[in-house]
Amino acid sequence: MSDSPYVSTTNACKLCTPLGAALAFRGVEGAIPFLHGSQGCATYMRRYIISHFREPMDIASSALGEKQAVFGGGPNLKKGILNVMSKYGATVVGVASTCLTETIGDDVPRLLAEFRKEFADLPLPEIVSVSTPSYSGTHMEGWHAATAALASQLVREKLPAERRINLLPGFVSPADLRYFKEILADYGVSATVLPDISETMDRPALLDYEKLPAGGTKLADIRAMSAALGTIACGRAEHTAESAGANLERRFGVKNIRVGIPIGIRETDAFFDALEELSGSPMPEKYASERGKLVDAYVDGHKYLAGKRAIVYGEEDMVIAMVAFLAEIGVKPILAATGAKCRNFKQALAEVTADLLPEPPEAREGVDFHDIAEQASELAPDLLVGHSKGYRYAKDMGVPLVRVGFPIHDRFGGQRLLHVGYRGTQALFDLLVNTILERKQEDSAVGYGYL
Amino acid sequence: MEEAIFEERRDQIHRTGEGPFALACNRDSLAGAVSQRACVFCGSRVVLYPIADALHLVHGPIGCAVYTWDIRGALSSGPQLHRLSFSTDLQEKDVIFGGEKKLKAALLELIARYKPNAAFVYATCIVGIIGDDVGAVCRDVAATTGIPVIPVQSEGFKGNKREGYAAACKAMFRLAGTGDTAGISPVSVNILGDFNLAGEIWIIREYFRRMGVEVVANITGDGRVADIQRCHGAALNVVQCSGSTMELAQMMQERFGTPFLRVSYLGIEDMADSLYAVADHFKDRDPGIVERTQDLVREELANLLPKLKQYRKDLEGKKVAVYVGGAFKAFSLIKAFRHLGMKVVLVGSQTGTKEDYEELAAICDPGTVIVDDSNPLELSKYVKELDVDLFVGGVKERPIAHKLGVGFCDHNHERKEALEGFVGMLNFAKEVHASATSPIWRFVPRREAMAKANATTVARRAAGGEGL
Repeated sequence: MSDSPYVSTTNACKLCTPLGAALAFRGVEGAIPFLHGSQGCATYMRRYIISHFREPMDIASSALGEKQAVFGGGPNLKKGILNVMSKYGATVVGVASTCLTETIGDDVPRLLAEFRKEFADLPLPEIVSVSTPSYSGTHMEGWHAATAALASQLVREKLPAERRINLLPGFVSPADLRYFKEILADYGVSATVLPDISETMDRPALLDYEKLPAGGTKLADIRAMSAALGTIACGRAEHTAESAGANLERRFGVKNIRVGIPIGIRETDAFFDALEELSGSPMPEKYASERGKLVDAYVDGHKYLAGKRAIVYGEEDMVIAMVAFLAEIGVKPILAATGAKCRNFKQALAEVTADLLPEPPEAREGVDFHDIAEQASELAPDLLVGHSKGYRYAKDMGVPLVRVGFPIHDRFGGQRLLHVGYRGTQALFDLLVNTILERKQEDSAVGYGYL
Repeated sequence: MEEAIFEERRDQIHRTGEGPFALACNRDSLAGAVSQRACVFCGSRVVLYPIADALHLVHGPIGCAVYTWDIRGALSSGPQLHRLSFSTDLQEKDVIFGGEKKLKAALLELIARYKPNAAFVYATCIVGIIGDDVGAVCRDVAATTGIPVIPVQSEGFKGNKREGYAAACKAMFRLAGTGDTAGISPVSVNILGDFNLAGEIWIIREYFRRMGVEVVANITGDGRVADIQRCHGAALNVVQCSGSTMELAQMMQERFGTPFLRVSYLGIEDMADSLYAVADHFKDRDPGIVERTQDLVREELANLLPKLKQYRKDLEGKKVAVYVGGAFKAFSLIKAFRHLGMKVVLVGSQTGTKEDYEELAAICDPGTVIVDDSNPLELSKYVKELDVDLFVGGVKERPIAHKLGVGFCDHNHERKEALEGFVGMLNFAKEVHASATSPIWRFVPRREAMAKANATTVARRAAGGEGL
């Protein structure tokens, strides 16, 4: 069966490449994301991102018009960078291309080289560029490509070895990132988390509108990635482009360990194993205790979940991780779907469910919600697990939707949702059990006050 | 604080009362300035998308379609086709070899699946660059399927939202004049430029019903293809949001001789004036219409005004910033705020024209800041400087206001509350009141700091210090 039986796409289960890049750039201290294209792209993506994070998201644009589309966008790109330098005081400008500029053939690296030469007398920011044609890949490729661009363009030399770890967390929530940083701190290692949107996309109320939100990965920490004991890259999905972790390994011999996004006990164990291996330190008691409590909760709640059938959809890495988690708590993932395409989706799903499920869930790549719904009608799921875009389908099917990942824009607090580690898994487990209980209670003619 | 303003944009900002009025507008957005504007595609999508029984296919890479998937609150009383997001989802090979085949296949597939009454095909940036002949594909598919298949020339880079509105009007004009107009009342209108956000068009239609006016076509909120095809049979076009549909009204006047009226359904005077203008237009054909309209307005106001008074008590004297897509809405908002005792101190739009801004300047109080095609840095600067209590705008403006500890009212295409008509004025007052008077503002750092500074001054004065 072909993964895409239709020519057209109806209600896509993916976003476009530059959006991922813009968000990743927002995770670097002092950086402003800059889209080289027409004005609408930047504005649409801002709107979309704001509706999930409820935070300002300033994305600059080279705002190309018809003339530039014909004669090239170079002058606007240069002018735009000068403008964000002067008004935003950005120390890093993250330039992502769009379908327009890729197709008119703007050579962004060459234009930037010219720019650096032309304005050599000015205190120039670091300018990182990434090629993100929106007709190729999804926002996740944009995210990974921007992360790889940051590593490959900003880490320039091998620094003397340090007790330091690089963490490439993948596209997780600010709450997840804060927890990651807590874990790394508890291991007593210096760390570079790249990118780090934990503060930039979840800010306190402050006195003023921040042009550049505080937080984000520090430039010095990015440079120090070559000095690390190793890199832990979260996310099992493999893409064709070289990842940041692979780049650092190739150029500086920094060991690259790939794990899944740590959701569920087994994937989180693998994450802690990697940390233990690189740091040489055992798991702090605090996390052993979190793990123990999580197992205890698994035991207490297992009956309510036993045999429930779930459809999981969304970003490829998040889907694989959620499937890993659901399989170990006795929920049967029956369909794992993503709008993206990656080399090993099916295989990764088989790996994370091996010896837990009689057979892995059906894997569907490059699908839209129309495909998912068509299949779902035969599968009779008990619940949907994914982002907000599945809401209408869940409603039509009459099953609850457990919201995870991005975007969550029909609920509050998407940026505060904890998914990862034992603590995040605990939060998701409670959410799942309670969703099932709520449905049971609603469906009951008399309701009930005790479990 | 002047550093918030780009040198190139100085003439796009004006403070009324400071020198003769002159405001530069209708320019391309400045590169690197983080404009709040979208693009041509956005403009046509806004206007056409509420036609609920048409297929809306975005021809391009996936982004343009996903970012506009059901983001707006245009409700339909029947079909819901407009709420789905269709795209040709162009891939690299399509860009290299051309997307026409894929477009045709996608159209045939979707038309067979959904049996729409018409299809609109939106050309995006890249389609303009690779040069797909969208028109030819549309003609071809129209011939095969027997429904109108209409290209919308909405390549994003070809200007701003305004050009998108024009492209949408051109597309709709191809439908007008193609349907049977038998049986249409001589006292009849088309409602142009209302998008039925939160069901607003239903409020307006009910007013027209009470006046004895037949509505032929909703263009475009809760719109239907067949209605638009016979819209040339209506006696009058009433045009709200003139930026978006005025061009269609003008084309209809030229081709069909249909006169038009500019109206607004926001706020008390504008709502009443609009109904009176329609009544006035028809008074020769229907002598009773003026009285029926007066009764309607009287009845609605008798219900509304006492309730508004309650809100006004708390809102008197508060200051407002308005930054919206089109300037026309800003006029109505300024007047509406006067009913709440509030003062608009900043007003701006993404796409206002010279005439719009001149008109705005004329009705604003002295000292009001007027901005064209603004950005977060400017908007935040003025919110602080003018000590605004409430901001009215859309999703992109909301975090600017909230970060500065300022109340916010969503007055955009995503709103979930009906703000039009007399009942809409009440909803508006409710929302403004709920935000501007919330106790939470006292905890916001900026307000806390201001309160502290005030307390210090008061204490000093009480102690016989300065200022006595």
